[in-house]
Amino acid sequence: MVAEKESYLTTFEGFEKRVSAKDPSWVRSLRKGAIERFANLGFPTAKDEEWKYTRVEPIVRTPFKFSLDPSTNGVALSQIESFSFGSLKWPRLVFVNGFYSAKLSDLSGLSGKVKVGSLREAILKEPARVEQHLGRYASLEKNAFGALNTAFVLDGAFIDLGVGESVSEPIHLIFVSSSPEGAVLSQPRNLIVAGKGSSATVIESYVSLADEVYFTNAVTEIVLDEGAKLDHNKLIRESEKGFHIGATHVCGKKGSFLSSSSIAWSGRIARNNLRVLFDAEGSECALNGLYVVSTGQHVDNSILIDHAKPSCTSNELYKGIVNGRGTAVFNGKIIVREDAQKTDAHQVNKNLLLSEEATVDTKPHLEIFADDVKCTHGAAVGQLDEEAIFYLKSRGLREKSARDVLTYGFASDVIQRIKIAPVQKELNRLLAERLQMEVASEVLS
Amino acid sequence: MAKPMLEIKNLHVTVGETEILKGIDLVVNPGEVHAIMGPNGSGKSTLARALAGHPSYVITEGKVLYEGKDLLEMDPDKRAKEGVFLAFQYPTDIPGVSNAYFLKAALNEIREYRGLEEFDAVDFLKLLREKLKVIDMDEDFINRPVNEGFSGGEKKRNEILQMAVLEPKLAVLDETDSGLDIDALKIVASGVTWLKRPDRAIVLVTHYQRILNYIIPDFVHVLWDGRFVKSGGKELAFQLEEKGYDWLKASGPTGLRPGGAEAEPASRSSR
Repeated sequence: MVAEKESYLTTFEGFEKRVSAKDPSWVRSLRKGAIERFANLGFPTAKDEEWKYTRVEPIVRTPFKFSLDPSTNGVALSQIESFSFGSLKWPRLVFVNGFYSAKLSDLSGLSGKVKVGSLREAILKEPARVEQHLGRYASLEKNAFGALNTAFVLDGAFIDLGVGESVSEPIHLIFVSSSPEGAVLSQPRNLIVAGKGSSATVIESYVSLADEVYFTNAVTEIVLDEGAKLDHNKLIRESEKGFHIGATHVCGKKGSFLSSSSIAWSGRIARNNLRVLFDAEGSECALNGLYVVSTGQHVDNSILIDHAKPSCTSNELYKGIVNGRGTAVFNGKIIVREDAQKTDAHQVNKNLLLSEEATVDTKPHLEIFADDVKCTHGAAVGQLDEEAIFYLKSRGLREKSARDVLTYGFASDVIQRIKIAPVQKELNRLLAERLQMEVASEVLS
Repeated sequence: MAKPMLEIKNLHVTVGETEILKGIDLVVNPGEVHAIMGPNGSGKSTLARALAGHPSYVITEGKVLYEGKDLLEMDPDKRAKEGVFLAFQYPTDIPGVSNAYFLKAALNEIREYRGLEEFDAVDFLKLLREKLKVIDMDEDFINRPVNEGFSGGEKKRNEILQMAVLEPKLAVLDETDSGLDIDALKIVASGVTWLKRPDRAIVLVTHYQRILNYIIPDFVHVLWDGRFVKSGGKELAFQLEEKGYDWLKASGPTGLRPGGAEAEPASRSSR
């Protein structure tokens, strides 16, 4: 994959001349450092422990068009509506192939003070503010795709919540891929800075309008200052042929709280990296994930929680439903550092295989260097319970309905942990649609 | 006389390699309550589960007719749709699925089969509230996941609730009375009494006589090592209570003719 790497390096040279030259010098050096990192790392291979079960060759070998064109490719608001959970009134930022579209976005519902907008604009208008945070939380060590994203950092969402600010409505970031003229690479870069005691809900939706080949290589950095609360929801709804590699890097200060839901719905290869660093005492996170994988799809969740400081709590529940010849990977790691006494960390990964050909590789692990901690982890891979199927059938449900009801039941606790009712509802609908369920999806416990 | 609701003829059932039922004959007519008693391991639950169509229970010989139709040919869900209900001895947990959702899905599928209109959410809730009174439970019972975290008594009540909602023609209760305190037992009994109608029949599988203080059976059959060894009226249950199953054992196999003819009702209910 050396030739492909070279091609990215060449692309960077052109990018550097055409775009980067006009940008503040700190951005340029951030990019430079990142491309050097990428040049050293190269694309990950199966020898790389982190990528053992996910082959990136199909992504690397596809020549993507490196779009510098911030046009909307003819994307209209009506096309985005179906991804809006029936709530077009939520404040939203829409990006097409990684570029902010003012025309498709609507921030009118936000109160005047809250800063939500495009990263590109923020870099140009308030470079000092962005410089304080951009690139500070996403570690590029052993992170080739993150390095690539950083090398080409240009646009994305910037949410800057001041001290004590609270936004009640979810802020919806919609990343649309549209490649009518050849496979596009988009690399959105998002930055969420939550000031002391602030709170907000953010949804990131990665979607496409057609069944096209493209590659989204996204990075989101989140910093939660003291007592800040963020409900972060990421939905990967790429096309059946689309590739997604995305990373969310979170840094939690004292007493901060992150609730996170990662839903991997579709894409030929979807990799979701989530890195949470507890950088101060008394922080908490609840990480919740669901992946539904069918034939022709591969989903890989790689979750790292770094308990670097004492008295932090993490609860992690990831569930997967794998159907047909779909493949899934769960790699969950919790590190409890020497100083991190009174850590409370729990991790569960459960997988439901709906077919003989479905496969899942799950690897939950704990690395504990402190002695006064409460840590548990567990993983399960199984099929639907035949006794339960018989029980349901004995009440009049057909075999198919019985299986559907049980599959729903399997996913329901994860779906219910999502705090946004319209998103819950939409996921129930999608689940019914994906698994061709015949039972209605309205009422779940 | 009306056609029998259930006719079991020479039923043999094997689980794994072991033959559990070794030739069962039973006739249950509409309006009747039959108690099937017997010591542990005699095959009571096997009979109940075989009637519901559990895939692990293999019928090696015999026939079962339900309203004249071949019951053994029907899938478990078809049996339910035709009006057969088994209250499980050990009901299964269904995590993540609420009682209400489950019951609505079941009832509507049965109604669809019978060509009846499906219940909408509002009408169904109304119906469910009525049925909750039968088991003396409040409304959060229906919003909890099916059987998950339920106490033994709650699980049994839930079986009765399902029975009350689905209103089967033939209800088979597999040791629904086991492990219940007296209050729960009364509720289960009142649920069965509530269901009782001239066009419905009830088969109570039980180890103990005590539930028969609340539900008076028309017939009592004693199962022993996979065969009925004695049948009689309700007084047979009292005899068993008084003398224990060893009394039958002591009287020896010669006195244990299947479908014994000592009581008039027994000859009607078995052949």
